[in-house]
Amino acid sequence: MQSVANEKVRLKTFWDRRKPMIEDWKHTFYLWRRTKLAMIGTVIVLVFIGVAIFGPLFMPYDPFAQDMAHRLQGPSWDHWFGTDQFGRDIFSRIIDGAKIEVWIILLVSTISGGIGMFLGVISGYFGKFIDDALMRLTDMFLAFPSLVLAMAFAAALGPSLTNTIIAISIVGWTTFARLARAEAMKVKTQPYIESIKALGAGNGRIIFLHVVPMCLSPVLVQLTLRMGTIILTAAGLGFLGLGVRPPLPEWGAMVSDGRSYLMDQWWISTFPGIAIAIVVLGFNFLGDGVRDMMDPRLRR
Amino acid sequence: MIILRFGAYIVRRLSLMLLVMFGVTVIVFFIVHVIPADPVGALLGGNAPPDLVDQMRHQLGYDRPLVDQFGNYILNLLHGNLGTSLKSNRPVIEDIAEYFPATLELSIVAIIIAVVLGMMLGILSAVYRNSWIDHFSRVFSILGVSMPVFWTGLILLLIFYYILGWLPGTGQLNLFVTPPYRITGMILLDSILEGNWAALWDGFRHIILPATVLGYSAAASIARITRASMLDVLKQDYIRTAKAKGLSKRIVVYRHALKNALIPVITVIGLVFGGLLEGAVLTETVFGWPGLGRYVVNALLVLDYPAIMGGTLFIALIYSLANLGVDLVYAALDPRMRI
Repeated sequence: MQSVANEKVRLKTFWDRRKPMIEDWKHTFYLWRRTKLAMIGTVIVLVFIGVAIFGPLFMPYDPFAQDMAHRLQGPSWDHWFGTDQFGRDIFSRIIDGAKIEVWIILLVSTISGGIGMFLGVISGYFGKFIDDALMRLTDMFLAFPSLVLAMAFAAALGPSLTNTIIAISIVGWTTFARLARAEAMKVKTQPYIESIKALGAGNGRIIFLHVVPMCLSPVLVQLTLRMGTIILTAAGLGFLGLGVRPPLPEWGAMVSDGRSYLMDQWWISTFPGIAIAIVVLGFNFLGDGVRDMMDPRLRR
Repeated sequence: MIILRFGAYIVRRLSLMLLVMFGVTVIVFFIVHVIPADPVGALLGGNAPPDLVDQMRHQLGYDRPLVDQFGNYILNLLHGNLGTSLKSNRPVIEDIAEYFPATLELSIVAIIIAVVLGMMLGILSAVYRNSWIDHFSRVFSILGVSMPVFWTGLILLLIFYYILGWLPGTGQLNLFVTPPYRITGMILLDSILEGNWAALWDGFRHIILPATVLGYSAAASIARITRASMLDVLKQDYIRTAKAKGLSKRIVVYRHALKNALIPVITVIGLVFGGLLEGAVLTETVFGWPGLGRYVVNALLVLDYPAIMGGTLFIALIYSLANLGVDLVYAALDPRMRI
């Protein structure tokens, strides 16, 4: 009997102690519901990810199957978005392409976020000449328009899905490095870092257990804001013939495919382009909403 | 004293830029030479006999140690020599001189469109906050940064050239129009200088679509900053005073508010100008515009090493100069930035 009562008290204090955090989450949810654009963005992004995962279940045709008897057909009940010059169903190819775009976003975010965070934290934490050297390196990467540098990497590595991901990641880490550096510089002067240093904590422990977690949230917000740009860059590379290669249905490459048929078979280029625009729009709404929600003026 | 410190700031920024440009050269050189792509193979085709490939490689100096090649490249660079394009067989610097004016012209027209459109929308949506025009402008802006530039270009071509036939398709001038004598390389400017009105009109019709496409996304960011900055300024006490003493809304908005709201807008215009170079690569490809962006893309597709290096270096230089210009203007306007 005694133990049950004890347990109840323990649970109560457990929830009491976490009350501020729960309230904070509730408040965030409330803000999210109030920012209409963020809601629309979330829905678009969720649908996009859903299509990427479950797409094959409701794909009407094989996205790679050529059907020369039905090539270049306009949108119809059979082929919602028409067929391309090889008779492949464009609707199915767009659905299949969602998987590729999700892969690109996921991997590029992880790699460029990771590199950026690593270099930024090291730079901000150790300071001095390490900081100088790494920040000059960042400046050098920022001296290029990012698409141009990504183009050069992608072309030199040879056009493919993997190389597209590598090229965009190599180009994209600078923003995250600068953010993480600023955050690390702020954290390292805090008194609690000094006190654990006095207790004998090593640099590795301080960095991974105390500095990195603090950098995580600004970097994650920035990542959401950049996801639209990642797709646009990947699509641009695909369009120029320097990115993902046919027959893989990357949306930018599909737009490029339809270029020579634009006059009479407008649907080949149009629908993949709409797909890109909608998804990027979703990420931009979401990113905007997240930024608004993080804005302390709005949070009050 | 202040002027002296500003001078020192400029010197420091310029020397930093030199260092960065050296690093940029290293990066470009690394991309082109260390990564496994074979320019000689691409040049001669896959079936070339091996000894011919070797001979060519030797002739172009690609069989020498990398450090040697890099030293050589830097030495040539300091003499203004960017090497000879493998494809056009001309000095890369001449190619750039030929193609860059077209890109510059396109960017200038695009920035004019972007500034006019962006500032108009930004001011209107700040003054009529939360009205339909504010919402329209927000949707317009967010669409501008969401639609892929190359796709917007294709759709506009489809509508205005193929379907409506109002505007010409690709290229800079119609074949039947006598181009103006090349002075600056910018068709519109040269036509005006020469008084060739037919070419001016035709050139103008050709540049509208690509410049609009290029300017649209830039207009979006300008509109956004103008709105935010105007809203900040309109909240200030002196605006209330101006209104209270009975000045018309027009004068308050344009005389009192706009001037002070312009500082951040100027910075964004500079940044956007750098970003246009990026959009130019895609826009020029869609519209067959004979500019630097298309030159670099074509060089990349055939692995024309000297052209890739020269073109990318030049773009990086222009981009850095634009950013430097922004910082200097900012420093001139706001002394706190000169740290």
